Amino acid sequence: MSAHAPARPLIQLRGVTKRYGQGQAALMALKGIDLDVRAGEFVAIMGPSGSGKSTAMNILGCLDNPSEGQYLFQGAHVEALTRDQRARLRRRYLGFVFQGFNLLARTSAQENVELPLLYRGTNASIRHAAAARALQAVGLGGWEHHTPGELSGGQQQRVAIARAIVTDPAVVLADEPTGNLDTKRSQEIMQLLVELNRAHGITVLMVTHEADMAAYAERLVHFIDGRIDGDAPNPHRAGVAASAAPMVV
Amino acid sequence: MFLNALLLALRSIRRNLMRSFLTILGIVIGVGAVITMVTLGNGATLAVQAQISSLGTNLLMVRPGQRLGAHGAGGAPAFTETDADAIMAQIGGIAAVAPEARAPITVVGNGRNWATMVIGSTNAWFKTGNWRLASGRLFEDDEQRAGAAVCIIGETVRREIFGGTRGVGEQLRIKQFSCQVIGILASKGQAAMGSDQDDIVVVPLHTLQRRVVGNLRVATLLVSMQDGTDGTRLKAGLRQLLRERRKLAEREDDNFNILDTQQIAETMAGTTKVMTTLLGAVAAVSLLVGGIGIMNIMLVSVTERTREIGLRLAIGALERDVLLQFLIEAVVLAGLGGLVGVVTATGASYVMARAMGVPYLFDPAINLLSLAFSAGIGVLFGYFPARRAARLDPIEALRHE
Ligand SMILES: Nc1ncnc2c1ncn2[C@@H]1O[C@H](COP(=O)(O)OP(=O)(O)OP(=O)(O)O)[C@@H](O)[C@H]1O
Ligand SMILES: [Mg+2]
Repeated sequence: MSAHAPARPLIQLRGVTKRYGQGQAALMALKGIDLDVRAGEFVAIMGPSGSGKSTAMNILGCLDNPSEGQYLFQGAHVEALTRDQRARLRRRYLGFVFQGFNLLARTSAQENVELPLLYRGTNASIRHAAAARALQAVGLGGWEHHTPGELSGGQQQRVAIARAIVTDPAVVLADEPTGNLDTKRSQEIMQLLVELNRAHGITVLMVTHEADMAAYAERLVHFIDGRIDGDAPNPHRAGVAASAAPMVV
Repeated sequence: MFLNALLLALRSIRRNLMRSFLTILGIVIGVGAVITMVTLGNGATLAVQAQISSLGTNLLMVRPGQRLGAHGAGGAPAFTETDADAIMAQIGGIAAVAPEARAPITVVGNGRNWATMVIGSTNAWFKTGNWRLASGRLFEDDEQRAGAAVCIIGETVRREIFGGTRGVGEQLRIKQFSCQVIGILASKGQAAMGSDQDDIVVVPLHTLQRRVVGNLRVATLLVSMQDGTDGTRLKAGLRQLLRERRKLAEREDDNFNILDTQQIAETMAGTTKVMTTLLGAVAAVSLLVGGIGIMNIMLVSVTERTREIGLRLAIGALERDVLLQFLIEAVVLAGLGGLVGVVTATGASYVMARAMGVPYLFDPAINLLSLAFSAGIGVLFGYFPARRAARLDPIEALRHE
């Protein structure tokens, strides 16, 4: 590799496969994936149900190891890491947003957002301040003491996003983040992700079924039957104008 | 990290207050039972020891009848005063022998009535019973011989009849005769199980025999041994002498029994100790049951919170963090149960000790031990559910339900 080569991509998948089960019953959920993601990209992953999008996201999120192939995160081989080492990597670099929000019930928004910092051993005053800032960034300033039960779905997903970004992660992984939300709420969430991607330089990897939501991404990756079928920049990017307008924060 | 785990555990307990309370109930009851049992047991042991030692140590109580104890002379002849003299004269190692007869009588003095126990004996009686005079004097020899109308009264009788005044020199009516109070006994206080040892009037044996009961029977011989005497040998000698004096044939059984207070003390102390241990063991079993309750609820909690655990693992909790969280939750639950148990037990054993008339002794060792034990139960029974939580696969856990 020459000294003038461009900076190494943040994420590199090389020939990644994932096999579930053994022998006859074995199922190849991923059949050899190669994917590079550069820092600061906003990638949407699309594809039919069962095409391996979530499986790929779990591997990208260091929640699971590939059956074969290599996963390099910042040049480090993730597939060689132990369970706890992967947990440390997630703790340090990754934020997660789930379809089902996954907030702790009967726990205030503030405490929910503080959770990842708790595992980092951040001291209380910094934790409080960071959580308040994150909630502010997702437009929920003043909602710190509400519990998930007292928040709408859209607000809950905002809290979840605040929780994902409170650690200043390099990457936010979102598997169908708008799957449980109506169109209006979904668009707000997408605006927010675009804003975080732009303003904070956070790399966003997002799985979605909806073309409307994928339209917010700058790059579209298409999965079919465990393979990448298409990978191209988004020609008609949505939400760019909207995000140019001053947002919260 | 540890503090954070503690914080998380407390939050989760707070989120499930009612369930947490029900979970710790087993431990509360277990700890409460252990402490209450042991505290009451210790109190009872102490009470028994106090009562025995107030009877006098190295004391033998000889009574007619085969059966041990105060009741059921069973037609066996009573003793006489000469038996006491013979024992004193013929058996070595004896400090004092007191022949005793008693009668429950309502005494009158200072315009008041008081139902009490009138005891007829000699000056030796005070020695055998470890009594001391608070004021006044003992009987004179000629008073004892002649059966003079004099009496020495216990503190309770003095208080009830004479109230604030000293009492010595006052007159006290016992049935149809009036006697002069010549001494007041120093108080021994409440005996165990409620009997009041100070509720007595002591008169010379002859006085009781002639003026009250009208016979020469002696119901009990109190024999006080000298310190360092071989009790077994002395008892054997005493038995032989009494068999001869009561003209028992070789084949006949004893028609009297000898009670050794030392022996009673040891037996009773032993019994209460066994009881305490037994009750403590039963209570400890309930602690164990409480522990199983904690394990059960922790397992339920782990299952219920599978998604939450998945989330925690996904956002960067290490296995150790989750293990610690659930372990601490179990320990905090159990410890909380222990704490509530200690407080409850302190109240309960105080109230019960008073109701049972045994002294209340706060035993810090058993309280600390119970607390530590309940925390230990938390670790023991919390470990398995906690490990199960920590080993969960975050992806599976997040998909749960
Ligand atoms: N834990 C597992 N054990 C066995 N098979 C699995 C497991 N997880 C996923 N699969 C299989 O792997 C294939 C890919 O699943 P995956 O969840 O990645 O699909 P997906 O693209 O996310 O679909 P959807 O759009 O419905 O979420 C599917 O056939 C699925 O049944
Ligand atoms: Mg999926």
